[in-house]
Amino acid sequence: MAPPFTNLVVQSDILVCCGPGGVGKTTVAAALAVEGARRGRRTVVVTIDPAKRLADALGLDDLTDTPRRIDGDWPGELWALMLDPRSTFDGLVTRYAPEPGQAETILANRFYRNIAGALSGTQEYMAMEKLFELHNDERFDLVVVDTPPTRNALEFVDAPRRLTRLLDNRLFRLLMMPARTGFRAVNLATQAFLRTIGKVVGSEVVSDAVTFFQAFEGMEDGFRQRAQGVQDLLKSPCTAFVLVTSPRRDAARETEFFAEKLGEAGIDVEALIVNRMHPRFAAVEVVSDPTLAPLYRNLSDLGRLSDGEEAHVAALAQRVGAPAVRVPELETDVHDLPGLARVAAHVFG
Amino acid sequence: MDPRTFCAQSRLVVVAGKGGVGKTTVTAAMARMAADLGLSVLIVEVEGKTGLAAAFGAEDLEYDERELAPGIRARSLTPDIALVEYLEEHGLRRISKRLVKAGLVEVVSTAAPGIKDILILGKVKQLERGGVADLILLDAPAAGHAVSFLMSARGLKDIVRGGPLHGQADDVLQMLNDPSRCRVVLVTLAEETPVNEVVETAFALEDRVGVDLGPVVVNGLYPVLEGLDADPAAAGAGASTLAEAADFRARRQELQQAQVARLAAALPLPQLHLPSLFTVDLTPSHIDVLAAALATAIEGLPAPAGVR
Repeated sequence: MAPPFTNLVVQSDILVCCGPGGVGKTTVAAALAVEGARRGRRTVVVTIDPAKRLADALGLDDLTDTPRRIDGDWPGELWALMLDPRSTFDGLVTRYAPEPGQAETILANRFYRNIAGALSGTQEYMAMEKLFELHNDERFDLVVVDTPPTRNALEFVDAPRRLTRLLDNRLFRLLMMPARTGFRAVNLATQAFLRTIGKVVGSEVVSDAVTFFQAFEGMEDGFRQRAQGVQDLLKSPCTAFVLVTSPRRDAARETEFFAEKLGEAGIDVEALIVNRMHPRFAAVEVVSDPTLAPLYRNLSDLGRLSDGEEAHVAALAQRVGAPAVRVPELETDVHDLPGLARVAAHVFG
Repeated sequence: MDPRTFCAQSRLVVVAGKGGVGKTTVTAAMARMAADLGLSVLIVEVEGKTGLAAAFGAEDLEYDERELAPGIRARSLTPDIALVEYLEEHGLRRISKRLVKAGLVEVVSTAAPGIKDILILGKVKQLERGGVADLILLDAPAAGHAVSFLMSARGLKDIVRGGPLHGQADDVLQMLNDPSRCRVVLVTLAEETPVNEVVETAFALEDRVGVDLGPVVVNGLYPVLEGLDADPAAAGAGASTLAEAADFRARRQELQQAQVARLAAALPLPQLHLPSLFTVDLTPSHIDVLAAALATAIEGLPAPAGVR
């Protein structure tokens, strides 16, 4: 029984689950959301994982980017959705376009489509954007976010700033110049420079980029303010960060790195959930009997594994400075609400 | 199959798999096995921080190659440095550093996603062509990304219709589609989600990239322990603990076998089984054990067609 974990679901408005890939983060996020509903909160859980794990864990065939309500025997509500980064981004562009035709020009631009689909960090940025939207949606009072398993630990915190950084990039400033200045001399120098880059990467690539930035003119401020709003929300006391990990060395290393980066960004980790723990068996006195040898051997194998795992958890909890809760490795994946309730029972005692 | 034959099938082996399945462990074991056969091995890491160097008891890797163990060298490729090299080789030496510093990689890779990947793959191709080692092992990005990583050449050819990068993409594609130069070894665990994902990745790689697939490595299998069903009564006070632990092991073995069978049914590729070593920390001695297990598993594969 760990009271801080219950408070997490009762008192926070936003729970951000982050951690390395392959540790069961989506399932844990869904379990936290189920607990939220059980504690009477109108909860929505959003995933970025396109592998449909969230839908699967909730026992659904599919999820879209529109919240879908899941019925259950609880006083609160449970809703779920799967992020579609592209349509979220399109929505932002439409919102901030000062002139009617401008949004269409941008949405049709190939460079924009690449940004929306493939710019490193865009998914994370859109996840944070969605979080902002859901937080302001009066239908919900608890938002649980399952972040993408990114190696660049902090992309999701840093993501809103990435686009603005892109807009501030010196090369981009240069690309914007033909639109901004009337000086033909500057224009010519820029053109020569662009041609050089074009020789390497292909001239179509460069002209797409130039078109995009010219179309984007006048929209940066809106984006910048929004990015700041998201950033502030992440750092506000109503948002809690939960690190989900497994007791393997690589996962532990990455988690430690996450915690460090969050700390640098001024964000505290509220809880550490260590998933996929192997069972711990008590030590027994060894009776000399050859038929028992395989049984002792097995106990020592599993004991060695468990000792190693426990050492990682202890070291991690200390370095992260947050209470740790252990969730055993389940025999199969979770495919329904009772399964999620079992995971939640391990977290909440 | 003789492990020597296995290692000689292609100079480049791309090791790919979902996060947490032990992709890096398998890369290390395969390197160890090849080095023990007297081959020179170069491991190329592309995501940074994979724990590969740590498994050999070494510091984190850098762009310049380093020896991890006798016969095993390793390096970490990053798109930034690959781009500087590329620009320098294409007559832009004077401005290359400045461009990269000004954020060219970010701009260019936004303009044409996949350029970062193609820069890295282009560098790998250069290493492969240059014959810098008998065997080059590429520790690929995690599963889903591995597909887009290897797809980058095809995608880029549609965006950049001419120039040196187009040529680069062509060369990379040729390498990927030539089984005598390159193949992909997928790694998975005998668990539900990893099996689903490895099957999906395998089909995507075959259909969309057209790359040759080697055997699938199933990592972390509980070694079968004979006599687990012995009556623990004679153990006295410890009997119930022994029984519980034995039940746990027997049950897990059963579940793993079921997943192995499911994988075999869904994916017509030979499997190489590696044992769980009941450890969470990988040391050089564990890698030796896994290298030996890998060699034994490869010996169990049928000899390739045409070789007798």
